[in-house]
Amino acid sequence: MKKLVFVMIVLLALVHQDFWWWDQIDPLVLGFIPIGLAYQAGVSVVAAILWALAVRYCWPAGLEGEASPLGERGDA
Amino acid sequence: MSAGMVAVIVVVCYLGLLLGLGLFSNRFFRGTAADYFLASHGIGPFLLLMSLFGTTMTAFALVGSSGEAFKAGIGVYGKMASWSGIIHSACFFLIGIKLWSFGKRHGYVTQIQFFRDRFESDKIGLVLFPILVGLVIPYLLIGVISSGTVIESLTGGAFPDLFPSANPRFIGAVPYWLGAAVICLVVMIYVFFGGVRGTAWANAFQTVVFMILGCVTFFVIADKLGGSAAATELVREYNPSRLKSTATGADEQVYAEKIGAWEKDAKAAVIKPKKPKSIPQLAFLSYLFIPLSVGMFPHLFQHWLTAKSAKSFRLPVILHPLMIMIVWVPCVMIGVWATSAVVAGKPVIPPNFGNANAVLALMVKKMTSPLLGGFLTAGILAAIMSSLDSQFLCIGSIFTNDIVAHYIAGDTLTDKQRVMYGRIFVVAIVLLTYLIAVFWKTKAVFPMAVWCFSGFASLFPLVFASLYWRRVTKMGAYACVMTVAVVWLYLFRDSGWGANREYLVFGMMPVATIIGCSTAALVFVSLATKPPSAATIEKFFGRS
Repeated sequence: MKKLVFVMIVLLALVHQDFWWWDQIDPLVLGFIPIGLAYQAGVSVVAAILWALAVRYCWPAGLEGEASPLGERGDA
Repeated sequence: MSAGMVAVIVVVCYLGLLLGLGLFSNRFFRGTAADYFLASHGIGPFLLLMSLFGTTMTAFALVGSSGEAFKAGIGVYGKMASWSGIIHSACFFLIGIKLWSFGKRHGYVTQIQFFRDRFESDKIGLVLFPILVGLVIPYLLIGVISSGTVIESLTGGAFPDLFPSANPRFIGAVPYWLGAAVICLVVMIYVFFGGVRGTAWANAFQTVVFMILGCVTFFVIADKLGGSAAATELVREYNPSRLKSTATGADEQVYAEKIGAWEKDAKAAVIKPKKPKSIPQLAFLSYLFIPLSVGMFPHLFQHWLTAKSAKSFRLPVILHPLMIMIVWVPCVMIGVWATSAVVAGKPVIPPNFGNANAVLALMVKKMTSPLLGGFLTAGILAAIMSSLDSQFLCIGSIFTNDIVAHYIAGDTLTDKQRVMYGRIFVVAIVLLTYLIAVFWKTKAVFPMAVWCFSGFASLFPLVFASLYWRRVTKMGAYACVMTVAVVWLYLFRDSGWGANREYLVFGMMPVATIIGCSTAALVFVSLATKPPSAATIEKFFGRS
């Protein structure tokens, strides 16, 4: 799953280039947003979903456990 | 009451609230350096989300986004906003969490402390220090100059007897020097007393303010234009290229017809069309490198270290792209609508209006109430101040912890002395920035923004390799930093010191070339030099 999430993020970066709506206005999403802008707003939404998946499946292991005991010293 | 006076009252109330919040945060101050510079690692997910967002979004998110959309169309969102949504979160996730972990474990307060340890080099701080500070200062100047300019532009008519002016627009306006001084003073007070906690609280408040105001402004303007669908249809009629990323032959034809009609009878034509513009695909792609700057911003590093736990990063990582979207989409649409907006048979934006960054303010002034205009002024100032405060504090922190405490006092300063020096440096930097902004008020500093971002982004390989590549060496790090300095300076000079705003290298943003060179220098020199010691590898990567 970890690899799949990172592959999807790379794919998102690729499709961000917008090969489909580069010179299109229509359809107007919600009746007023040109498709090129709606597409890029969609990229932002998908980015949030993918980063949520990354947080769920790719979280660095043992991070806080490693850091916290010594961190208490740093706080003092 | 004049619209300018309404703006003054709203801004004064807003600044009062902000000061109250900053001073209130001082009640939680524990008196230690760790608390002043890092809020004792006590910032939770919501505050971290808001403070990171407020810090990364400058006034550009409001006035620049609408201005760029006015000039070049909707493509600005893909170039800047959606790339930032992907890359900023990647930096928080891949860089921020790890640096937070090392910072908490080893007691780092600044980036330079981390790099000194990681690269086993005491002197690397002396190389990085002028570069980091040198890149932050223009960024600070932009904030101070913008705040004075915004206040002066939007308070016209407030005090006609007190502030006369030869320019009819500025009669009675709060003068530039005074507006900038008030903003600097407010930011200085809450940073001085509240430290990074005051900054985080103020940023959260300011982020809420400018997000809400952006959305409210959008709905009010859409309503005045007869609804959002009607507003977009007007753009399709007069400036269709602004509704897409590239202009086609059909757009050129529409332009030729409309400009012909305008030249024949300007009054009947109503709108003077804008020349169609296209974004080259390669240039569009190369914008992905700019947001990598977030990985190397010293003020972001400091905010990361304030997190209570690694889990605090979850909310910012996930929600940052959505928050960018919420702020940018309405502003981009307003900028696009401004190209063709007509009210009562007259264009809202004058035909040869040259100052794109003033488009949002002009739309608000002409199409909404003075009260909303006043709130928008506060919103723009909120966006400016939410970046300024973190930058002032981080420079104070670098001077205190890296220069005075480490290189001059040999790490013998007490906690109280560190807080004292931190505060002295914050005051000194605010004063210095203010004086430069007053005596060198120039628009020349604005093109430097993208160059500052490019400089930080070009150092991204340094921080990424330090966290993920065991083999990176001290000499590789020096080579990377020096390469950035040399190539950046060369290209900056070649662009006429930023004057050529369309400057591209191999059809791409200059940052792509600098980052390519800095990565190559880092990799080749690292491979050719002695690997780091086993102790350092173990310290940062554990036992292999």
